[in-house]
Amino acid sequence: MSRDRENMTVTQSAEHPLLQVQGLTVGFRRGGQWNDVVRDVGFSVSGGETLAIVGESGSGKSVTSMALMQLLPRDNSRISGQALFRGIDLLQLDERQIERIRGDRISMIFQEPMTSLNPVMTIGAQIAESILTHRRIGKAEARAEALAMMDRVRIPSAKSRYDDFPHQFSGGMRQRVMIAAALACQPDLLIADEPTTALDVTIQAQVLDLIKELQAESGMGVIFITHDMGVVAEVSDRTLVMYHGDVIESGTTEQIFRHPAKAYTSALLSAVPRLGSMTGNAVPTPYPVFDIASGKLREPERRPNTLREGPPYLLQVSDLSKRFAIQSKLLKRTIARVHAVEGVSFTLRQGETLSIVGESGCGKSTTGKLITGLHDRDEGRVVLAGRELGAIPAVERAHDIQMIFQDPYASLNPRLRIGEAITEPLRIHGKASATEQREIAASLLTRVGLQPEMAGRYPHEFSGGQRQRICVARALVMKPKVIVADEAVSALDVTMKTQVVNLMMDLQQEMGLGFVFISHDMAVVERISHRIAVMYLGEIVEIGPRAAIFENPRHPYTRRLLGAVPVPDPARRHQRGAAVVTELRSPVRPPDYRRPARRYLEISDDHFVLDSGEDWQ
Amino acid sequence: MKQAFQSPSGILLALILAIAFIGPLLPLADPLAMDVAARFGGPSAAHPLGQDEYGRDLLSRLVHALRSAILISGGAAMISAVIGVSVGVVAGYVRGFSEALSMRVMDVILCFPPLLLVMLAATLYGAGPSTLVPVLALVFVPSFTRVAHASVMTVRGQDYVDATRLMGASATRIIFRTILPNIVGPLFVQFSFVVVMSVILESGLSFLGLGVLPPQPSLGMMIGTARSTFAQEPWLLLAPCLSLIVLVLVLNAFCDHLRQLFDPRRESGA
Repeated sequence: MSRDRENMTVTQSAEHPLLQVQGLTVGFRRGGQWNDVVRDVGFSVSGGETLAIVGESGSGKSVTSMALMQLLPRDNSRISGQALFRGIDLLQLDERQIERIRGDRISMIFQEPMTSLNPVMTIGAQIAESILTHRRIGKAEARAEALAMMDRVRIPSAKSRYDDFPHQFSGGMRQRVMIAAALACQPDLLIADEPTTALDVTIQAQVLDLIKELQAESGMGVIFITHDMGVVAEVSDRTLVMYHGDVIESGTTEQIFRHPAKAYTSALLSAVPRLGSMTGNAVPTPYPVFDIASGKLREPERRPNTLREGPPYLLQVSDLSKRFAIQSKLLKRTIARVHAVEGVSFTLRQGETLSIVGESGCGKSTTGKLITGLHDRDEGRVVLAGRELGAIPAVERAHDIQMIFQDPYASLNPRLRIGEAITEPLRIHGKASATEQREIAASLLTRVGLQPEMAGRYPHEFSGGQRQRICVARALVMKPKVIVADEAVSALDVTMKTQVVNLMMDLQQEMGLGFVFISHDMAVVERISHRIAVMYLGEIVEIGPRAAIFENPRHPYTRRLLGAVPVPDPARRHQRGAAVVTELRSPVRPPDYRRPARRYLEISDDHFVLDSGEDWQ
Repeated sequence: MKQAFQSPSGILLALILAIAFIGPLLPLADPLAMDVAARFGGPSAAHPLGQDEYGRDLLSRLVHALRSAILISGGAAMISAVIGVSVGVVAGYVRGFSEALSMRVMDVILCFPPLLLVMLAATLYGAGPSTLVPVLALVFVPSFTRVAHASVMTVRGQDYVDATRLMGASATRIIFRTILPNIVGPLFVQFSFVVVMSVILESGLSFLGLGVLPPQPSLGMMIGTARSTFAQEPWLLLAPCLSLIVLVLVLNAFCDHLRQLFDPRRESGA
């Protein structure tokens, strides 16, 4: 791979760059050996400019930013190169000198807004603290400035929320607090490390807008670290693509999206789900596969529809409800209820993929757990393959329905070798001899694209994408009729995501599986589903065939959800309307709450919308 | 099991166990035989470590004392681990009334200072190992219950437990095959702590005359009696003290080593 140094350090106009990094190399010591995880990285950022550093997990993008801020543990990391910030080399500064720059001239915001705020300090105090650390002003003055900052990041009713604690804020609002604290000293440079990855799409759109507005107001430089090409297209002027510690491509964002020079960049771009890419396509189609060797995109072949119309249904769910009681501490009286799922009805046919979409807290995961029987339902009926769910013994239910979970790190028992994990159901049911088990494990591992020899390894030896394949293999071993995939690809890197989605679609083709695909990622949902149900506050607000939902969304919430998805095209950046600053309303209701009678309007064949009346005017 | 003893701490522990359990079978002097004429006798061929204030063989007494210390504290720790972990795991998995009941009972036991509880039992049922072991076991049950309960609460929320339930596994299978192996780490830490605590508590009680009954030797009692003659014969005090320290340190190191052995991640660790 010949690297084009000229291209990598393009500076914008004659203006002096704010930060100029050259030959940055970072190594970690592991078991006595030095390992370079970032090699010879160079870039520059000017005031008012946004540079995106893109890459998948392990590409070294976060390590790069941590090295600049000297946040890496000094005893087992080594950094070489040069990072000139306004003429000062950041890498040569000692701890005291860098502290004066950190948080004052250069600020950082992190991915997890919950863990990057101190849970025992009020929101206002945390913002004021970051001001007081760097400026000699009085407490009252700092408070006034912190309040002004909260207004600037558009936290509604800042004054009354100044003394709230982080847990009283939603994820999106917490990220606003983080931004307020980071910008309190009016830094020249902001480093944002995956600031929106943990947030819902509508909230992500709001936070991205906010960062852009604040940048326009103050003229600071922004380094935006992300794995999401959609986000890159939204925010960045120039882009740096990293792969396994090397910068493999850099240039203006336009240029990289139009004419990617490297095969990996094309692969990354092809893996970006594009909303609307399925328009006019009646049957769910796998992602095109990027062949790194030939540098060409291989379009998937047309395939027959797996969906078998009409009965028998795999799953018939009617008026499903689940409420969680909130009890008073002392007397254990029910003081309120979380209406997690309210009156949900749908059906699943053979070979069909029904996606349930919505934002965190909308009840989609609870719905998944209700239909698998992991939670007991309060009301409603679930008929699984012709039998009432409650009437099926647990042992037999395992043959009907299985589940794939969101977090591939939590869904495999760390003490079972993966061969054992896959065949555990067989041992529970006393189905197969040890030799048969080994054979089944080997064939399933091959089927999901892993090597049979891997059966003897433990889960921690695998990457997230591989683990998710193992979970798919485990779900398949009982040959179930229905698989519930709860955010099964949300935690994966883009390229992994497309692979797992393609695998699921292949399996559906082979085995006629029915999928209930629970996700917040609209672009993946568009790719994989036959039908879509949109959930909001525990209720289905719109349900219908994929094409109807995407091309003719009727419910205001569905429209908002679709409108918030980033468009992976820098040229169309400004077409997305400004996001409305809203918070998800809470499904907590008083104990005597009764759901008002609901009416669904039939828009077209099989496409229903909740008639929610004045709530949404 | 083989790996468990292939470490410095494992070898040392094996050595101590060998001394404690094979030692009494060797032709050592009778630990109870007095020889007042040779009191405070220095090291000799017949008495390699010398003789105590009644002329009893120090080496033989140390070996016997070590054995009773290991039997009493090991036994007490085992019993309390079995009871405590069972209660804690069931409470954490079943929840509801059984959880509230068992956890509150544990809180009640925790209210008694251990020393007071043992003294009470010794007064009621007489001192000696047959009182000491059950009382020590009782004292440490709540700590196991709490650790087991807390660990089960974390593990039961993991997706892999839900996945196992969906496979149709019974509650017993989930508890024994899925949850238990995943909480052995903290339980081993707790076990090492309890063994060490009961070694110390046992010797403390014997020091006070509430543990092992004289003339049977015990480390605590040996320390207690040698105190008065420390100026003349410091070795009589130092020998049991050193034995106690070595025993405690080796036990600690060994349990730490066991915990690491049970961690599947150790192979790839840096």
